[in-house]
Formats: sequence, C-alpha cells, structure tokens
Amino acid sequence: MTDPISLEPILSSRERGRLLFNEDLPHDGRYAAFEEHILAGGKIEAGDWMPDEYRQGVLRFVEMHANSELMGVLPEREWILRAPTLRRKLALTAKVQDEVGHAQLLYRVAEDLGKSRGQMIEDLLAGKTKFHNVFHYPTRSWADVGVIAWLVDAAAIVAQQALRDSSYAPYARTMRKICWEESVHIMHGRDVVVTMVNGTQAQRDMVQEALDRWWGPLMQMHGPRSDRARDRDIYWRIKAKTSEELRQEFLSIYVPRVWELGLTLPDPELRRDREDGVWHYSEPDWQELRTVVTNHGPRSQERLAFRRENWADTAWVRAIVLGARGAAA
Amino acid sequence: MTEHGSYLPPAGESAGDGALLEPFEVFRQEKEGDAMRHGGSVMAPDGELAVHYAREMYGRRQESIRLWVVRRSDIRELDDPDLLQPPLDRSFKKPGGYVMRDKLAAARERSGQEKPSGGRPRSAPPPTRKSHEG
Repeated sequence: MTDPISLEPILSSRERGRLLFNEDLPHDGRYAAFEEHILAGGKIEAGDWMPDEYRQGVLRFVEMHANSELMGVLPEREWILRAPTLRRKLALTAKVQDEVGHAQLLYRVAEDLGKSRGQMIEDLLAGKTKFHNVFHYPTRSWADVGVIAWLVDAAAIVAQQALRDSSYAPYARTMRKICWEESVHIMHGRDVVVTMVNGTQAQRDMVQEALDRWWGPLMQMHGPRSDRARDRDIYWRIKAKTSEELRQEFLSIYVPRVWELGLTLPDPELRRDREDGVWHYSEPDWQELRTVVTNHGPRSQERLAFRRENWADTAWVRAIVLGARGAAA
Repeated sequence: MTEHGSYLPPAGESAGDGALLEPFEVFRQEKEGDAMRHGGSVMAPDGELAVHYAREMYGRRQESIRLWVVRRSDIRELDDPDLLQPPLDRSFKKPGGYVMRDKLAAARERSGQEKPSGGRPRSAPPPTRKSHEG
C-alpha cells in the first residue's frame, strides 16, 4: 500500500540516470552517468548527449552496415536479367530494391549522428570505409543467387537479430524493420536452392559447386574470435554478441538444413560436439578476410568502379533534388 | 525542453548536401483502427519528395494503409520528467493503485460469505442474507 502523498520517488534508477547525463554536469560526471545508464540496459536516442567514443562507435558500426547493404546488391543485380522465370526475376528485383532500401534506412540513422550521406558515399568510393567480405566475390551461376540469398542473408540476420536490442535505440528500431524484410529473402533463397536440388543432376551439381565456393567467405564473415571483455562495441551494448557466438548460432541453425538436402560442406573438421553442442571447424582463412575487406578481393575494384560510375551518372538527379530546395527558398 | 536530451536530434545538423535536405519523420498505420506509429525518417528537400521517399521506405510491401509525413522541425517535443514523470506517487490515478485483497477477505469474513468461484463477480446477490445484527 502506498501513501498517495508520499515523497518517495517513483522513477527507477535507470530513468533517473537518464536525466543525469543530459543535465548540465561537468563532462566526467556526464560520462559516468551515461556509462551507468548503458550498463544498466538503458537506451540512447539520437538527441541525447553521448560521449564521442560512443557516437563514433555507433557511427562506424552503422556506416559499415549501410555500405554493405549498398554494395551487397551488386553481385545479385548481375542476375536480374538472367533469372530463369518471371517470378524469380520479380523476387530478385524486389530483394535488390530492399537491400538498397536498407542502405537508405541505415545511412539515415548514421546521418543523425553527424556525418552526411554524401560524405559516407565519398568515403566508401575512396576506399576509406569498408563493406562486408562476402560482397567482394564474383557470382558464377544462378545457384549463387540461391546460396547468397539463403546463407549469406542468414549469416547476416543472425547478427542483425542480435542488434535489435542495441543500446542505440534508432538503430535497434531500424534493425527490427530490416530483419522482418530479410526473412523474406532467406525464404526466397532457400526456395531457389531446394528447387534446384530437386532438379536435374546438373542443377544439383551447380548448387554444390556454389556452396563449396561460398563456404570459406561465409565462415569468415563474422570475423575472428575476439575477447568479449576487450570489445568496446559490446561494452557499450552497441552489439550484444561476439563473432564466435554469431558463427556458432549460424552453424547450429543452417548446417543441419544444408545437410538435410544431401549437400555437403567443404570442411572435413565440421561437426557438432555431442557433449557441449559446440561446433568444431577448420580455422577460417583470416588472411583472406583481411585481404578482401581492404578492397583487394577478386571483385572489390570492379564493384567500387561500378558505384563510382553510378555516383557520377546520378549527379544530375541529386542536383535537381537539391535545386528544388534552392528554388523554393 | 531539450535540455534533458531528446528522441530527435536537432534538425538540419548535417553538413554538405544535408544542408539543403532536412529530415521528415514518418508515421504509419498498419491496419484500419490502429494508431499511427512512428516508422522512421527520410531526408528530403521538401514535403512533396518526402512523401515519395516515405512511400518507398515504409509502404512498398503493402505494410501500411496510411502514412503521415511530418517535418522534424515542426515537431514540438516534451520530455521534461518534472512534468511527465513527477517524483510523486500517482498510484491513486491507476487501477493498480487499489489493492483490496486483504480488505475484501476481511469483509467476506465479517459477512459470512464465501469467495465467489471462477473469479468473476456475481450478477445477483446471494440467495440468503445473514443479518449482521443477528
């Protein structure tokens, strides 16, 4: 029973922490209050005060994600005109449109942290910022479209689902929308793969060959094992899981689904420990990952060149859009 | 009221191209009767283009039946906890502020009534009443 005129504060300590770091405290006091708020599971909105380290951490993370969405459509785009049926063509076109849309949503989140979209694109094209390793590789057959949409998107969604609880609330909200859309892509990709394994031997072989090529990059995609205690993005709760946790989660869900189709994975060490449920695998080629993400992958320069050309070709559109504002003013 | 921080960052803070663009907040209604809910935002030079962008970002999959597109700088935000979350007990304004279990048990005991079964209130008084004076 509570006394209606009690002066006992009803704000939780989390909410009170939120007030503190926005008030006119000296920097160190604000920093400490901010840190306490985050470590207690609190959320940050775009207009909140935040330490530079946090702002830069979120910005770098979201910008890399946005870049990956934007560059990620290029390998798939090559197959729109070669899709085997009208329905597949519609689905693939929609997927490409979705991924560019995700880039737009994520650049929007990053813009509110203080870096303009134009600057982010310029930095990507100049090779100053990165995009995910899997988008630096060529696509060789229609089976690649299935494997990418199913397994690359699956590996991505495992990471993205863990970001729906990010301490940076605008990013977390955007991830909820993106995950919902990505789930359609995974279904589309799995449907392509399952259809092909039910087809001719040549189609089956095509899927197996694509899987063999993509497995290495897929295993590298989440990055080398890292020390949870030393990961600043985890400390600030920008992300929740380490690369190895994400990889284990991906393997647990998707390896059985690959095996059930009678397909094999090109790693003799790959198995799940019966005792502790942990997946064992051959050490991924981390040197290849470093080479590829620094834009020395097999298609890095070609894809960036395409984007540069596209950026130049569409300059007139941006000029008109910006001109509309100038004329109205 | 932004000295306490804000859901929204200051409008028009971006440099470069962003100086000519401004953020518009997008609200969407999923189905008839639902509330409009915040979806996200788009950057545009004016309201007309903002509506086109909003349609692409928040209405392409038939996931919305209505969109509101609002210039961010037109939003008035109030998040002052002194006004919205005053540090006083307001439980008397909420149904949960009235916990009667013990008092009801005492009242039943006093009147000699059983606890109604099924947890739902009776629609009629009990068939026989005992007199409290008896």
